Amino acid sequence: MISLLPRGKTLVLHIGIVLALLALNFILPEYHRGVFSRVLVLAVFAMGYNIAFGYTGLLSLGHAMFFAAGLYGAGLTIYHLDWGVWPAFAMGLAAGLALALLVGALALRTTGVAFMIVTLMFAQVFYLTTLYFTTYTRGEEGLVLRQQARVLAFPGGALDLSDPSTRYLVALTLFTLVLGAVLFLVRAPFGRSLVAIKENEERMRMLGYDVFANKLLSVALSGLVCAASGAAYAVLFGYVGSGFAAIQYSILPLLWVLLGGAATTLGPLIGTLLMFYVIDLASSHTTAHLLVVGLVLIGLILYFPKGIVGTIRERWAPWLP
Amino acid sequence: MAAVNPLLSTNALSRSFGGLKAVEKVDFSLPQGQTRAIIGPNGAGKTTFVSLVCGRVAPSSGTVVFDGSDISRMPAHRRVRAGIAYTFQITSIFANLTVFDNVALAVQRRLLGDRQHGLSSRLLLKHGLDALERVGLGDRAEALAGNLAYGHQRLLEVAMGLALKPRLLILDEPTQGLSDGEIESFIALVREIASEATVLLIEHNMDVVMALAERITVMEQGRILAEGTPDEIRANKAVQQAYLGGDA
Amino acid sequence: MAFGPYLLLATLEGLVTAAVLSLMALGLSLVFGVMRVVNVAHGEFYMLGAVLAWWFSTMLGGHPAVGFLLALVLSPLVVAAVAFVAERLVLSRLNYEPEATIVATIGLLYIIQQLALSFYGADARPVEAPFSYRIQLPWFGYSAYKLAVIAASALMMIGTWFVLTRTKIGLVMRATQYDRETAQAFGIPVGKVYAGVFALGAALAAFAAVLIVPIQQAHYLMGHDPLLLSFIVVIIGGLGSLRGTVVAAILIGLSDGIVSMFFSPTLAKMLATFLVAMVLVFRPQGLFGAAAR
Repeated sequence: MISLLPRGKTLVLHIGIVLALLALNFILPEYHRGVFSRVLVLAVFAMGYNIAFGYTGLLSLGHAMFFAAGLYGAGLTIYHLDWGVWPAFAMGLAAGLALALLVGALALRTTGVAFMIVTLMFAQVFYLTTLYFTTYTRGEEGLVLRQQARVLAFPGGALDLSDPSTRYLVALTLFTLVLGAVLFLVRAPFGRSLVAIKENEERMRMLGYDVFANKLLSVALSGLVCAASGAAYAVLFGYVGSGFAAIQYSILPLLWVLLGGAATTLGPLIGTLLMFYVIDLASSHTTAHLLVVGLVLIGLILYFPKGIVGTIRERWAPWLP
Repeated sequence: MAAVNPLLSTNALSRSFGGLKAVEKVDFSLPQGQTRAIIGPNGAGKTTFVSLVCGRVAPSSGTVVFDGSDISRMPAHRRVRAGIAYTFQITSIFANLTVFDNVALAVQRRLLGDRQHGLSSRLLLKHGLDALERVGLGDRAEALAGNLAYGHQRLLEVAMGLALKPRLLILDEPTQGLSDGEIESFIALVREIASEATVLLIEHNMDVVMALAERITVMEQGRILAEGTPDEIRANKAVQQAYLGGDA
Repeated sequence: MAFGPYLLLATLEGLVTAAVLSLMALGLSLVFGVMRVVNVAHGEFYMLGAVLAWWFSTMLGGHPAVGFLLALVLSPLVVAAVAFVAERLVLSRLNYEPEATIVATIGLLYIIQQLALSFYGADARPVEAPFSYRIQLPWFGYSAYKLAVIAASALMMIGTWFVLTRTKIGLVMRATQYDRETAQAFGIPVGKVYAGVFALGAALAAFAAVLIVPIQQAHYLMGHDPLLLSFIVVIIGGLGSLRGTVVAAILIGLSDGIVSMFFSPTLAKMLATFLVAMVLVFRPQGLFGAAAR
């Protein structure tokens, strides 16, 4: 029967994956736990990108700016204004959301190739801005947040975010929240509208939808999630640098989502995880990790355009969300 | 006939593409509840005319009045919310979504604008399945729309229009490519729709037109050539020359 | 130095930038115009051209002009061959889907960059100019080579214009650009035309790079800024308009030369990029181009 909420296999699968990730905190060796913490945070970035690219069909080449807006929103307020983690995180979210609304309102006036180039250029402007204000950002060299500043205060106590286990669990919490939200979104009427806009804009208009407003909402939501990832990265790993605003960080989420599967809930996690280990493995054998990124991109787009989860869904498990 | 305000009227409505005058100074009026057919040879401007009405194309000059208010500058999506639904000439469903999702898109949009009920998953399911039942696709709700047979895709297209609960339903060549049997049931369906909505139909198949239309408007070269009951149109010499003569 | 001569120097430098930029942007614009492909790897073809120029020019001893001329001929040819192969192996199999080709050319970008880093290294290396004559102006001396670059670029542009508008090759290309299916029906080998155009675009970038290496050293990351600038030129000039491309290149080259003398280069780049993005948002057909198709 048709249902509007995730249930059955879908629910079991997603809860199972979260529980497995939880168990990994106690099993994984130190190094790999560190990698997983990073992957969980960056998978949130990928999930945010997926909302715009995977579901709505908006191929942006500038999402690094939303990630970096979260990163700097949280990082600069902690570093220069001694804000606590909570308000700093909120600042990161607000910065990402505001930027996404602004950029969306402008860039969505274009479509297709022009949209890609416009988003790329806005991101480049953002990147150059972080370099220009090097007095505050220290540019490429970046800022390191003191350990004492990275404490998550609760009414009943406080969490030291530099502790590896705490860091992993906080990253997992954020990941789980966003995964749940995305899972809900794809079943919700709004999610259905986004997928339909990707497929046929004109038909949606003639069903009474304000296509522009829906796309703008999609970009805003996508930017917000990416900013959450960036803000979490700043407080969890204590480093804020303009490298995260550079073009590579706009390409990477595209790569992760393509590898895992666009418009799937679990694709972003799987793509991010796999790409991390592929590069990790490649850099221990050669220094040529750019080559690996390039070959994977071309290989994917040629032979695997639906990505891992997308292919599984197509061949074996059509119920996968 | 009583001088009731028409549901839809256009005043000197024109649209040209480059030098070509696709629609030229059309004065048109459609009373509430009527089923009207627009006929005319290819290139007569029929599709352009209804596109002007539903807002897919902006007029070069002239006005469109719907339910007493001037909607000439209203964007298409707001006209749909005001009650004008358009079904596409070329089947334009969401092939990668399920049949239910296709109608659900129409239902959820309407419920969002419904102050009284609002959007709930219960209503979404109910109205979505209702619309599918009405066109006879109730048992295909979970199929991918792209996997439906062509005739069924056309029916889905109509179901999406129905699910909007429009006051004016515009059908652009709905029977194109349908088999005779499918056309039969289609005529029955439109009759049923016509009992609650005003219907504007572009159609080439004269049997369908004669079976459904209360009045007929004939267009030629962007202008209205004649207008009247089916019998009057049949008897009209100019129409016979311009159009029926070639076909019948 | 007084303001006037200072401005003259800035203008000359700007013209050199414009000369190189217009060649590169022309390549980008051709590929987009005919194939509807946004070639993100265009900057890497430029870089490859420069790196190969260093390699060819150091291969031979003797007068620097010999090595330089060798590079000027061979480097674009090799880069064109690389582009041809890439087009046949990758882009053609993607059916020229705009989004897929962008992803693929990003992949190509990384591969070429890594190969250059691995085989050429991270150093910046100079290529000696074919001649080192300086023209003595009343206020300052100016390298005659730089003026030669402007001339060579102008010649190359005229040559390309001639091929595009006055020969059968150009006719075939325009037919393909106008309507791919019809061109195919008339027996034009569309696949080969596309591969040829892609190779030609890359060769133009490589040619520009060979001209620039005696002024600016060859480095594996040198493709990034010119790529962005040529995007800007192509957008402002209007896609597919040769005249627009030249005008925009001169405009951007001059303003780049002049602005960066008075402002911080980062601020200049920031403002320029922002303004161009706004042009694309509000006037997608470019400042000089006709209405977009």
